[in-house]
This record gives sequence, structure tokens and C-alpha cells, in this order.
Amino acid sequence: MKPVGFDYYRPQALSEAVALLADKGDEAAILAGGMTLGPMLNLRVARPRLVIDISRIQALKTISVSNNVVITGAGLTQSEALRSDVIAREVPLLAMALPWVGHFQTRNRGTLGGSVAHADPSAEIPLALVACGGTVVLQSRRGGRRIAAKEFFVGALMTQRRPDEIVTALEWPRTRPDAGHAFTEIAQRHGDFAIAAAACSLRLTKSDRVEHLSVGVGGVEDRPIAIDVSGFRGQAAGDIPANLSAHAASSVTPMEDRSASADYRTALTKVLVERAVNAALDMARLQRNRL
Amino acid sequence: MTIVHRAAGERFTLEVTLNGQRRSGQAEPRMLLCDFLRHELQAFGVHVGCEHGVCGACTILVDGIAVRSCTQYAAQADGTDIVTVEGLAQPGALNEVQRAFAKHHALQCGFCTPGILCSVTHFLRETPEPDEQRVREMLSGHICRCTGYASIVAAILEAAATMSKGA
Repeated sequence: MKPVGFDYYRPQALSEAVALLADKGDEAAILAGGMTLGPMLNLRVARPRLVIDISRIQALKTISVSNNVVITGAGLTQSEALRSDVIAREVPLLAMALPWVGHFQTRNRGTLGGSVAHADPSAEIPLALVACGGTVVLQSRRGGRRIAAKEFFVGALMTQRRPDEIVTALEWPRTRPDAGHAFTEIAQRHGDFAIAAAACSLRLTKSDRVEHLSVGVGGVEDRPIAIDVSGFRGQAAGDIPANLSAHAASSVTPMEDRSASADYRTALTKVLVERAVNAALDMARLQRNRL
Repeated sequence: MTIVHRAAGERFTLEVTLNGQRRSGQAEPRMLLCDFLRHELQAFGVHVGCEHGVCGACTILVDGIAVRSCTQYAAQADGTDIVTVEGLAQPGALNEVQRAFAKHHALQCGFCTPGILCSVTHFLRETPEPDEQRVREMLSGHICRCTGYASIVAAILEAAATMSKGA
């Protein structure tokens, strides 16, 4: 189908985009890669009065590294992120999540920030951001603010972004050399929306106890969630996969839709968390033995 | 201000480089890039399938990058360098990938083929020596209902081998 008519604006600078949003944010849709908004416009699910195309704002396409975090511009495409040595080295969890995002052809245009701002419950990039304790950076004419990813996602396609704000960047905590990470999911076909996905990052002590641990689950509830793992820190690594996956499965309140029942999503949560934790443990042991 | 603004329904002239030539045509904000290429610039090799980014038939090269032309609007492509299937080889000739497609019967109805050929062009530039797994991952972004993909995979692998030997 063809979209309903809309006014098209293409700012070159972030300040221009922010000014447009301050005036017209309530009736505007922000167009970055268009891999989600494009279909929504074409199918007439979305009928904004105006579309603000931010795809040529160069300031949104940067990758920078500070003491503790890697900051990815919201306009960075998923392909660019996948090719980045900095991301592969400093944010392995994101690098592991990206091959699951859509296809080669859609990653070439789809952006990191667009995926986060859209907030599909099954999207991989929001899950990776929640699982690693990342932050969403927003800008409006009123100023900038930073929101922890865990609080940013409110529900299906709902975030804390206000209509006059634009997601400008994502902050990803830098990994440690001895950390292990894993990302896995189940979809009907590779590249489809995940029915369920799991991400895990952890570190081990010399005596094989879990020192740092985070686990996230996507596609199961209406937003990506971090599993409460406080009871598992300090436990022996060998006990973690089975116990933690059972805990994760009992702590989720799964959605039900035409691709999967709630029971199936609960079962997938258990299986995927166990796989992710096992893979992260393998990687952490490998990394530790190398150091 | 450097903001480009096109009002809804406004007809405006758009200029792109299409297969090496400067071309212009008329568009309005809601016009899909694939429709602009077909209706205004007669690039009928751009096939329009699902119109929401799933089937891959409309895949073209914009500034060398394989992308869907149905989830991009014509207005966004102003000034870009576009290559469609018509521009992948000299008129009347086949390139290495196209030759391999013919040899391996990698197409039947041919509807998905132009998009796949554009994807492969970008893919092999980035991944000159792919294994079968990489080829299949790249192909997951295209739907072919004739071949069952096996012949397409064989054609791409052979073209890649021939091209990297030649390079």
C-alpha cells in the first residue's frame, strides 16, 4: 500500500530537528532508517501529519569511547555497528545481538536508535541495552536527559520519550577482559521477530564463582526485562544455569499472541536463559584462562 | 536554515544518478522510492512485491549499499547514486554473477532476481569469499518461491570463487 500524505522535513543538524520537534512533535514521526516506520506508514498503521527525516544528520552517526561507556549515535546503522571494531571489542553483547536483527538488507538501513525508540517487545537491540545496563540519551529544546534502559521501555511500542524529544545516543558499559557474554533467540525463521530472546553477561572469580551477572529476556513480556539475579551472585558457576533459568521462567509474565502461547514463552525463557548462561560461562572461562 | 521541507501533496523535482546517468523526475513526499524509479525513471527492473520491506524484490543499491526501495521515500534519495539491476552490467552483457545464475538455473519466474542480484553485488564486495552459511544468511532477506534457493546459493558461491580468482 501507499502511505497517507504527509509533510516531509529533512533537517541537516540536530538543533534543527530539535526545533522542529519542539514546534510540531505531537503530530510528527521521526524517520531514521525507516525499517519499522516505513512499513507502518505504507500499511497506514501510522498516519503522522509530518515526517522528520533524520537520516542525514551526521552528528548522530558517531561512535565514541569514554572511561566507562561506548556511546553510539542513534543514527548509526546496524550494519555499521556490526562492522565496528570498537563495538566488537568493547560491547560484545551488542555485537552478538546484531546478526539476529532483521536481514543484511534491512541492517544496511535500520539504525540502533530507531530500534530503541520504536521499542518492539521482541527487538534485539533494546534487549541488549537493558541486559548490559545501558542508557538512552534524549535531547529536546528543554535540554538533554539520560534514562536507564531498564526504565526507558514502558510497554509494547511505548517508551519514556516525550513527543518533543529525540533519541540522540545510546550508552553501553564497556566490557571487562574477563567477561563472558551470550545472546540467543528463537524465531519462526532467522530474521523474523523473536518469539523469545535471552542475553547474558557475567564474570567469574578464580574459584569459579559468579562475580558479576546480568540476564535479560526479550519478546516474552511487553518490553525487554532484566531478570533479578541478586540471589545468584557468589554462587558456584556449575549451579547457575539450571537454577537461574528456572528462576527466570518463574519470574516472567509472558504475552500471548498468534505466534506463541504464554506457556510456550515460559518454556522458551527457561531454555534460552540456560543456553545463554552456559555460553556466557564458556566464554568467561576462556577469557579468564587467556589472561 | 538548511531544512528541506516538502508539503504533503506538493510535486517537486528530484535528481538522482541512476546507473551512471543524471536523471530527474517528479515526486511527492509519500511517493516510495521504488515507485519513483519505475514510474518516473522507467527503471522497470525494480520489482515491487510486498511494499513493507519483507520480500526483498525491490532491493537496489543506494550509494553502493543494498537497501529496500519500498521502505524509503523518493524525497529521501535526493542527490544519491542509485544502481538498479539495469546498471549491473553493460546492456546486452551479463556480469559474473548473472552468468552463474543462468548456468545454475538460479531463477525461474525472475521476479525476485533483480533484488537478489543487487544484494549480491554489495555482499560480495564486503565478503569476497563467503561460505554457504554467509550466503544463506544474506539470502534470508529475499523471498524466492520458485527455486528453493539451492541453485541461487550454488550460483553465488561459484561467482564468488570465479571473481576472487580473477581479482
